[in-house]
Amino acid sequence: MLDFPRWKVWLTWVAIVVCVLMAVPSLLPGTARNALPGWVPKPTVNLGLDLAGGSYLLLEGDVAQFRADRLDTMRETVRQELRGDPRIEIGDISIRDGNVSFMVRDASRVDAVRERLLPLLSNDNGQRDWDFDVVDTSRVVLTQTDSGIASAVDQAMGDATEVVRRRIDELGTREPTIIRQGSERIVVQVPGLGDPTELKDLLGRTALLEFKLVDTTADVAQTMQGIAPVGSEVLEMEDGTPIVVKRNAMITGDMLTKASQGYDQQTGAPVVQLTLNGAGTRRFARVTTEHTGEPFAIIVDDVVISAPRIDEPIIGGQARISGGFTVESANQLAIALRSGKLPIRLKVMDQSTVSPELGQDSINKGALASVLATVLVMAFMLITYFRFGVYSTVALIVNILMIIGIMGLFNATLTLPGIAGFVLTIGAAVDANVLINERIREEQRRGRGVLQSVEFGYKEATRAIFDANITNVIAAAIMFIFGSGPIRGFAVVLTIGIVTSVFTAVTFTRLMVSNWLKKRPKELVL
Amino acid sequence: MRPLKLVPENTNIDFLRLRTVFMAVSILLIVASIALVAIRGLNFGVDFAGGQMVRVTFAQPVPINQVRERIDGLGLGESAIQQFGDARDVAIRMPLPEGGAEATDEQGDQLRAFITTTWPGATIGSVDTVSGKVSEELFQKGALALALAMLAIAVYIWIRFEWQFGIGALFSLGHDVALTFGFFAITQLEFNLNIVAAILTIIGYSLNDTIVVYDRVRENLRKYRKMEIVPLLNLSTNETLARTIVTSLTLIIALATLVLVGPEVIFGFSVAMLLGIVIGTYSSIYIANPILIYAKVGPHSFVPPEAGPAGAERVKAKELP
Repeated sequence: MLDFPRWKVWLTWVAIVVCVLMAVPSLLPGTARNALPGWVPKPTVNLGLDLAGGSYLLLEGDVAQFRADRLDTMRETVRQELRGDPRIEIGDISIRDGNVSFMVRDASRVDAVRERLLPLLSNDNGQRDWDFDVVDTSRVVLTQTDSGIASAVDQAMGDATEVVRRRIDELGTREPTIIRQGSERIVVQVPGLGDPTELKDLLGRTALLEFKLVDTTADVAQTMQGIAPVGSEVLEMEDGTPIVVKRNAMITGDMLTKASQGYDQQTGAPVVQLTLNGAGTRRFARVTTEHTGEPFAIIVDDVVISAPRIDEPIIGGQARISGGFTVESANQLAIALRSGKLPIRLKVMDQSTVSPELGQDSINKGALASVLATVLVMAFMLITYFRFGVYSTVALIVNILMIIGIMGLFNATLTLPGIAGFVLTIGAAVDANVLINERIREEQRRGRGVLQSVEFGYKEATRAIFDANITNVIAAAIMFIFGSGPIRGFAVVLTIGIVTSVFTAVTFTRLMVSNWLKKRPKELVL
Repeated sequence: MRPLKLVPENTNIDFLRLRTVFMAVSILLIVASIALVAIRGLNFGVDFAGGQMVRVTFAQPVPINQVRERIDGLGLGESAIQQFGDARDVAIRMPLPEGGAEATDEQGDQLRAFITTTWPGATIGSVDTVSGKVSEELFQKGALALALAMLAIAVYIWIRFEWQFGIGALFSLGHDVALTFGFFAITQLEFNLNIVAAILTIIGYSLNDTIVVYDRVRENLRKYRKMEIVPLLNLSTNETLARTIVTSLTLIIALATLVLVGPEVIFGFSVAMLLGIVIGTYSSIYIANPILIYAKVGPHSFVPPEAGPAGAERVKAKELP
């Protein structure tokens, strides 16, 4: 008990001083914190959205739609490929029941089809994405493999996360958190954002931009029935009127280098201005030269925004989308186009918004509860244990500062349940001291001297302290693994609190007690 | 002046005398709680039931009936309206409308617009929307977490002590959890994800008491190898009683502060923890201990005395002829 080795004393003090210093930036008001010189590290505790105010969105990739789109793409690929030289005649391609199937007119050419398609059925890593089967000697069935879908979804979600990040950054919000969760989800947290409507609109857009020529040969009556000539398709204008366009796009969104909101020089109406890259510019110049006088459609997410006439060849690589925009909607479209298209549609599954006022209110009340609880627990310990109560209360204060310091160090997030965890820790932190102190009392009753009682008290109580805290860590770990957001915050505070409280309540008080014991006290009132 | 001693020295309460009565009452309470949950059900928050929840702070206290009438007049579906905090704070919960995300957004916008125009000066504190799919997942995960935590802790006790102690801990944990559920079924306080966290915490902390008592039982089993189990359990409980009372009191002081002056949004959470601590203290004495009797714990449960505490050798030496 007395032989507290020098290195241990130093280590204890270093740990405490470092942790307490770490707590300082979190406790200073913002202005004072900013006044600190730049070289001073400023670890601070983050505030969760429930305390800082802001918006949370849980986005989920639309995998069903993604599968369907892949089928669609594969149908086009097969059609293109088999039409190539030498042409292989096939029947209609069906994409029902999650696979692509078609009849090869000449059954003896099924092997040729297989050879032609095989390279297209694997992804870049050589992994098989589609299974090739032949039914009834001449029907070819292409089925998406599960692993193929999974890796494609994974890739798409990874890219989508980047697109989401770019779009949110464009909104100019501060410190958004964008995390991929699981295989098909993205969590977005934007502190300070009071109304997520704009954000949701922005993220709900795929922003697939295409320029396609309008098919002027289409029959009006057939168009009304939704039937288009071969190589064309029927789309809708924004007001719902059908329009027939060529399937092949002359320009797509990936050929953009810039998109911004501007104004029409004549009418003053908001427009979206586009700048194309080299390949896009050359392509646009060639097509507009060949088709001067014909209309082309500007399509965003399969809706025709406008269909202007090509008055003259457009060779500068500049294009403009006009059509009933407000400044906001033009700006939003520009942002969406700039940030690239979402490779997979995202749906909002879960959202939550907390106003900064409510957050501030929670912080104030949480702080009040923490301070009051600390004072009451300290008073209770003092009247119950006198000298040893002083040690416990000093340890409690150090414990609180250490928790804040360590949270700051790890940049941990304090949430509303986290505050509750904090207050709970205040109540529980003294438990180890209570165990020790009660044990010392017992040993005294058995007639041991001061030194021996204290020594036994610490020694005998350690086992129970250890077991009791391990069970708490188990509960906290399970909360961390299964919990989300605020609950994780709670688990983190709880775990940090358990570790620091054992350290301060056992090691630190022991240090103080051993200092006192060196004076060889005759009596211990406990 | 003497330090405050809540438990007088040499306290010797025969805790286990009425063990059958207490066990019966506890089992009755467990059954009643389960029945209550089954019949009355829990008042699930949006995170488990799905739906939309809007927290509003009105400029002046508004009669809750008036709010309910007007919101119901909107025809957006069955609303659940509850006061929280002071008379100006109201939580409005709406079911998820049919028609997916867009319909939900529209419902939310409509509700918010209606509130701010009908009651000028009202501020919207928070809006939460949880889709049915996510809420189901959250519920399953929450239930799984509870079950796993209880099992993991029981296994830990079994490893550190003996299987009888593991059973005792598991049973008293089940007791605490069941009664907490029962409390939420009776009061119809909102049961949400936070409450699951509170219950997990209760599992961790209510076991603190049990472990302290068990630790002493183990120590005494090695020390007094000839003592009958009932007096030994009584002795252990009495010896640790002061600690149990003081620690429970510090926890109660801290949690009661949180309930009384802490943020309203986590009121249910704080109440759950406070209640859990009280129930946990009771169960560590009246549930965890009697089970050791039924499971026939005795000195033979800890055969190797070499591993015992300092006192063990002394007693062993005395026993030798």
